[in-house]
Amino acid sequence: MSATLRAPEPADTSQPSPAGAKGGSLAEKVLRLREFSIGAALVLLILATWLVNPSFLDDQGIKDLLLNASILVLLATGQSVVVLTRNIDLSVGSVVGLTAFACGSFVSGTDHSAVTVLLLGIALGTVCGLVSGALVSFGRVPALVVTLGMLYVIQGLDHAWAHGEQINAANVPDAVLTLGSGSVLGIPYLPILSAVVLAATAYFLRAYGSGRELYAIGSNPEAARLAGIPIRRRVLTAYAFSGAVAGLAGALWLARFGTVVADAANGWELTVVSAVVVGGIAITGGVGTVWGAALGALLLTTIGSALVVLKVSSFWEQAITGALLLAAISTDRVVRGRTTRALRKRSRQ
Amino acid sequence: MSKTAPAGADPAPVLALKGVSKSFGSVRALRDISLELRAGESHALAGENGAGKSTLIKTLAGVHRPEAGTVLLDGEPAVFHGPADARDAGIAVIYQEPTLFADLSIAENIFMGRQPRRTLGRIDHAAVHAATGALMERLGVDLDPGRTARGLSIADQQIVEIAKALSFDARVLIMDEPTAALTGSETARLFSVVETLRTEGAAVLFISHRLGEIFDLCRHVTTLRDGQLVASEPLEGLTEDELVRRMVGRDLGELYPKQEARPGGTALTVRRLTREGVFRDVSFDVREGEIVALAGLVGAGRSEVAQAVFGVDRADAGEVRVNGQALRAGSPTAAMRAGLALVPEDRRQLGLVMDASIERNIGLTGLRQLRTRGLVRRAGERARASDWALRLSLKYGRLSDPVGFLSGGNQQKVVLAKWLATEPSVLIVDEPTRGIDVGTKAEVHRLLSSLAADGLAVLMISSDLPEVLGMADRVLVMHEGRLVAEIPRAQADEESVMAAATGRAGSRGEAA
Ligand SMILES: Nc1ncnc2c1ncn2[C@@H]1O[C@H](COP(=O)(O)OP(=O)(O)OP(=O)(O)O)[C@@H](O)[C@H]1O
Ligand SMILES: [Mg+2]
Repeated sequence: MSATLRAPEPADTSQPSPAGAKGGSLAEKVLRLREFSIGAALVLLILATWLVNPSFLDDQGIKDLLLNASILVLLATGQSVVVLTRNIDLSVGSVVGLTAFACGSFVSGTDHSAVTVLLLGIALGTVCGLVSGALVSFGRVPALVVTLGMLYVIQGLDHAWAHGEQINAANVPDAVLTLGSGSVLGIPYLPILSAVVLAATAYFLRAYGSGRELYAIGSNPEAARLAGIPIRRRVLTAYAFSGAVAGLAGALWLARFGTVVADAANGWELTVVSAVVVGGIAITGGVGTVWGAALGALLLTTIGSALVVLKVSSFWEQAITGALLLAAISTDRVVRGRTTRALRKRSRQ
Repeated sequence: MSKTAPAGADPAPVLALKGVSKSFGSVRALRDISLELRAGESHALAGENGAGKSTLIKTLAGVHRPEAGTVLLDGEPAVFHGPADARDAGIAVIYQEPTLFADLSIAENIFMGRQPRRTLGRIDHAAVHAATGALMERLGVDLDPGRTARGLSIADQQIVEIAKALSFDARVLIMDEPTAALTGSETARLFSVVETLRTEGAAVLFISHRLGEIFDLCRHVTTLRDGQLVASEPLEGLTEDELVRRMVGRDLGELYPKQEARPGGTALTVRRLTREGVFRDVSFDVREGEIVALAGLVGAGRSEVAQAVFGVDRADAGEVRVNGQALRAGSPTAAMRAGLALVPEDRRQLGLVMDASIERNIGLTGLRQLRTRGLVRRAGERARASDWALRLSLKYGRLSDPVGFLSGGNQQKVVLAKWLATEPSVLIVDEPTRGIDVGTKAEVHRLLSSLAADGLAVLMISSDLPEVLGMADRVLVMHEGRLVAEIPRAQADEESVMAAATGRAGSRGEAA
């Protein structure tokens, strides 16, 4: 299966801008600036940590960093698609927990293949996403309420089912565990998989009509309606996708850790949303790229790992994540005001 | 440009309404309306603010579903489940309120939902870009297809809307006040494009509060009043006065009821105001009791001057004084406190809180006067709102309804009311009667005139030349960011103002 997992990872980074604009508009430059500064912060952080503790960047260190980041990157990719439509999916953490546990129970003591587990995870996650999505789009219940409700419902189900038990790595088939620990050419499978999903999503959002429509919906829902965009169907699909990706992440969680308790990934939803927003996707929808969101996820993961290496209390991790989130949201507001004014001025010249 | 249909007159209607009714709660917006649009014919829809014009259009466009009656497409009953159905049937619509995606490029805005595709269903970005460039050329404007829509002036927003409607081969072109924000030359350009489409066989439905435009462009007119059909007739042989009488149901008084001005002391002083790349070195005074018009082409920098005077934008240099007191730059709060009020051009974005009620919106700026120990007095808010609603003949259901429920023109009136209610000593109005029907237009003019007679200093930005000439004691003309002429009322006429506005030399006014 390694052959199928490798393909398009690095290809798409240098495509033309979404609008196909020559030179790029001011707003796009601002967005790039955001991605650039996150990238720079990331590099600085890695360098600084490495100087203090060189083991941070030895073979094992890099591998750990990539492994740690891949699940968050995956979840951030799914979340981005939802946030772009001016919605939010707070249930992702619980979906990861549920699918990881469900996949674990399903394969314990059997010799199912890794592909079966992945498909099962994706299917289960899609169902969760469809429920949230249907309530938000067709039920017209605010996304925050629906997905917070889903978070607790799924968590409850998970706990009731697990009943304090856990999945033991010893019972998980080797084929599945290999997916979590194996690698090709020194690169672990997990980050490769995440990169594939990320690149495919980025490509879809830019090259396909329905991808652009997600941006339109987030940018101006009323105008989207008048433009004849099937808003509800698109939003439903966005949630199904976010759910599917969370389900995939759940299956990978099982593959990576082998041992799974009922509340795996508990509380991750906020980290995921932070990663997305820090990465430049506006919480009000319509702006940003999944590449940025992935960078955000990478940054947050690296901060976590760096703090461990630097032997700083992990409580700081939450505080820093929170501070970054606030900073991101406030710069978004300020920058948006500035660009509006600048563009207005420019349009007069 | 002949306005008659091609030979073999009276072709079958392409799109028609038969006995259509539509209500919003207790408001009956349309009652038993029938209308026929024919290929190769331009049809006008006239009526006061709130008469039901936009509602009718949205019914044709598949946005509203009628409660009674049918939409007929090529004579067959058609049910549009949404705007996409109507579009697929070849109906292009320019809505009254801009419907742009601020975060997306102009090109994407125009082709959203129907981008040209290449292999595997992917968007052909290059084709989208090129087609947008071609549309801009056809409309004779210089807008970069790749720039985002955020920050576009309303005139430019309107151009993008027009380009959107022209971007596919429409059999029916429906336009809800497309010219409200356009200059004369842009309007002329739009009309010639529309004429071409019409002679190629498109049916056109056109709404405007500028009656001259209706007579210029159309052959047939349907008039609505309070949701009911008053008349549907050829324009030939109809006079403007008759049309107005159909709309308002009575004769209209004098159109520009200008009262004699007795200017007092200087209320507003602007000196050498400059904003890099937008306008420079602008100096003028406005005295108490005087209406000064700021004329010029759209894009000359008039609105920007107003914004800078009021402190919404920060000027790079220069000084503003209100009643002798220097104003702190860049602070609208300070400006309001000093007695300045600004009715902005872009009312939807800058002027109103759409979800808030009518009374709340009118009360918004006057909060200080209405406050008792920090609490807003509801009763005071309501009394004031209903007073202004009456003075501006606002058409509404209840004062507690959201402003978003009002018709476009009535929303404009709310913005006016909101600022007039602050009882300012200097009032800056940017396009005060844009989108307002003829009857109320005269009402607004009467109001401005009487306020000035009571000592208010008024600076009025207007692209409506008759309005400028009819209302102003003095006309200041801007051209490309500079104040180029100051023309007293006695000498102001169409020719002198236009000469200065287009930068032609030899205007009779002294250069400022
Ligand atoms: N979404 C809505 N909800 C409630 N009432 C509405 C809504 N849309 C329109 N109305 C009401 O229906 C009536 C007709 O409104 P419409 O927008 O069709 O007027 P109009 O003729 O287009 O006026 P204008 O010239 O001011 O644009 C008005 O009384 C308005 O308040
Ligand atoms: Mg209207």
